[in-house]
Amino acid sequence: MIPEIGHFALILALLLAIAQAFFGLAGAARGQVAWMQAARSAVAGQAVFIALAFGALTSAFIRKDFSVLYVATNSNSELPIFYRIAAVWGAHEGSLLLWALCLSGWTLAVTALSTSLQAAFRSRVIGILGLISIGFLLFMLTTSNPFERLVPAAVEGRDLNPLLQDFALTIHPPILYLGYVGFSVAFAFACATLIEGRLDSTWARWTRPWTIAAWIFLTVGISLGSWWAYYELGWGGWWFWDPVENASFMPWLAGTALIHSLAVTEKRGLFKSWTLLLAVSAFSLSLLGTFLVRSGVLVSVHAFATDPARGLFILGFLTCVIGGALLLYAWRAPRLKSAAGFELAARESFLLFNNAFLVAALGLILLGTLYPLFMDALNLGKISVGPPYFNMVFMVPMLPLLLLLGIGMHATWKRSHLQPLRNRLIGIAAVALVIALVAGAAVYGHIRPMATLGFALAFWVMGSSLMIPLSRLRARQALPGAVLGMSIAHFGAGLVTLGITGVQSFKIEQDVALAVGEATTIAGYDFRLAALRQVQGPNFVGVEADVLISSDGKTITTLHPQKRLYNSGGNPMTEAGIEVGAARDLFVALGEDLGQGRWSLRLQYKPLIRYIWLGALLIALGGGIAGLDRRYRRVKAGETAMDAATEPSR
Amino acid sequence: MKASLRFLVPAVLFAALVGFFVVGLQKDPSVIRSPLIGKPAPAFTLESLEDPARKVGAADFAGRPWLLNVWATWCGGCRQEHAVLLEITREGRLPLVGLNWRDERALAQQWLAQLGNPYASVAFDPEGRTAIDWGVYGAPETFLIGADGKVLHKQIGVMTQEIWRRDFLPLLAAGKGS
Repeated sequence: MIPEIGHFALILALLLAIAQAFFGLAGAARGQVAWMQAARSAVAGQAVFIALAFGALTSAFIRKDFSVLYVATNSNSELPIFYRIAAVWGAHEGSLLLWALCLSGWTLAVTALSTSLQAAFRSRVIGILGLISIGFLLFMLTTSNPFERLVPAAVEGRDLNPLLQDFALTIHPPILYLGYVGFSVAFAFACATLIEGRLDSTWARWTRPWTIAAWIFLTVGISLGSWWAYYELGWGGWWFWDPVENASFMPWLAGTALIHSLAVTEKRGLFKSWTLLLAVSAFSLSLLGTFLVRSGVLVSVHAFATDPARGLFILGFLTCVIGGALLLYAWRAPRLKSAAGFELAARESFLLFNNAFLVAALGLILLGTLYPLFMDALNLGKISVGPPYFNMVFMVPMLPLLLLLGIGMHATWKRSHLQPLRNRLIGIAAVALVIALVAGAAVYGHIRPMATLGFALAFWVMGSSLMIPLSRLRARQALPGAVLGMSIAHFGAGLVTLGITGVQSFKIEQDVALAVGEATTIAGYDFRLAALRQVQGPNFVGVEADVLISSDGKTITTLHPQKRLYNSGGNPMTEAGIEVGAARDLFVALGEDLGQGRWSLRLQYKPLIRYIWLGALLIALGGGIAGLDRRYRRVKAGETAMDAATEPSR
Repeated sequence: MKASLRFLVPAVLFAALVGFFVVGLQKDPSVIRSPLIGKPAPAFTLESLEDPARKVGAADFAGRPWLLNVWATWCGGCRQEHAVLLEITREGRLPLVGLNWRDERALAQQWLAQLGNPYASVAFDPEGRTAIDWGVYGAPETFLIGADGKVLHKQIGVMTQEIWRRDFLPLLAAGKGS
């Protein structure tokens, strides 16, 4: 009975989404206050019913209701309750429901928190978000109903994909989706602006905190995914340039560019049409990512169930939403005039370069991700584009970006006074280069050009970021959240660069065969296979090894990598043993049983890898501090009055 | 007018992208043409699964079309396609040869005893050497070899009636005609 209630709630939510879209857009167009009011009520109603549907599905998982196909496919009576709840979004249908839940949450938040917006504009935003919601609910109800019954009911469920039975992966999808879907707010703001055909600096100020919020979720979500891949997939890699990873990284790049160009639009009234295009692109890339992941047009290690009917639906939806927005853009954007000019050394120039490099990186990744598809469509053969391409092309725009970042942070709007800072910046650059050379030579024993360049850029960005709050504090100047946040986020970017350079340049990976009692040495660490034993988990059996790590005769730690076979079948899963350190990680994964008591072991030495995720968290934290700047929260009484005055009299 | 046309560029680029997606959706990205197609089938001589004393080889079937199906008892897809294989053998158009891959003899024999044996003969390849020669990615895979001893087609993944009728039968008919 409860699954049917959930199904019915979804249908009601769809009807309310239709009402929300119609009354929101038509009410704004015709100036009908009552219609606009109705659209807002529909938002609340839709949120209630989608939450109800989500609750119904969760309850089916908790009650182990294997008469529901989705539950029977993705859980098992042995599955611990925590993972049974996480299994709600463990596969296609449920993750769509989560998508819809996130969207209605964001819509509700926009509706509740944007009372200072001009009524018609707010109503259009609500209407556009309603249109997106219609697409997703319709998709779910027609091709991917999570409440479909299984007749006869299964006695036992097939179990959640063992790869997903992990803490980071249970919270990774919701956070990532909050990011993906969060860009819909900036998208709706942009479309509403294009419909109205005018854009002022308040628009950018409204859009910025929403964009930053979504971007923070995306940053954290991507980092979690990377961290998970590192310890769970058993290869010790942290980024694979897999199509699904790229699908989340491309909106992030667009969102990063958008945050920066919004600053210019807000402060200087420039780049207006470009900012709108980025706002449309960030969400479009989120939708594109959903399409790539869900339709199966690309092969990926993220083995999702695919279905051509679903692919066609999403493609149609994608075409309507993105195509519609881009046509609207082509029609309306030419009217938006950017006002003033600026000098070459002004902050505007640096942000222009920032956008150019970020979008170039985005374009190159998009090209690499879709290249196999293009080749196949043109019958030029099946090919795959691997990490070497991405590593190479990503570096090309990133190096100048980091270089300019260190200067651009100090530039001022309109015309710049970099002269007084010149000596100090040169000083930081020189120190950064020296540290990079010394670190490469002293710590890792050799100097490599790319490693030195990476380290130097990392220290350059970190030093330059620190300089801003330090000099402000010394001069007893105020340190607003926007400035502090910017410094922290950019310091984080430097830290990420440090981590990537360290691990890519100086990692050591070795696959060895060891019997119990044998040892091997990599990077000055002795790894001894001390013992092997059988282990029994709630829904798996496995083998666990004790690997004793010592250096110069001193024991550092004992790691316990596992190889698990889940009762539900499938490939064996690796649980790596990792010794975490500020300077390096030591990584041990159990490979194959080679017979006669010998096992293959994957041993890795990963210098500085922690800084990749630490840096990413700082980036998110910086974004949070900047987004919470008082400037955005000020009650905009004056502005509301101004908007009311400029509203066309009907 | 001309200046405002550049605002249309994103929409045009996107339209081109959609075009590619429409074509891409019609194609299955997991279909990878085997480099073997059109080349002579790799020779092999292996022990028979049923009887270690007897040998099974590609040469046994020279001069007529035949199928090679790579399977193993640990492979879920193989169990799934088993009924279709039985039916193909029942139709009797051509012999089906099994390549039992990285498996245990006793388990494989038990499997055939339980599920029925669609194979004219089964080659036993516990170390997977022959499978490497044939460029096997995983089980199940099915190769069609023509009367001239050349590989005509390779199916990666589970065989179904639909795939059999769509991909294999036309090739077989064309091969007989020539």
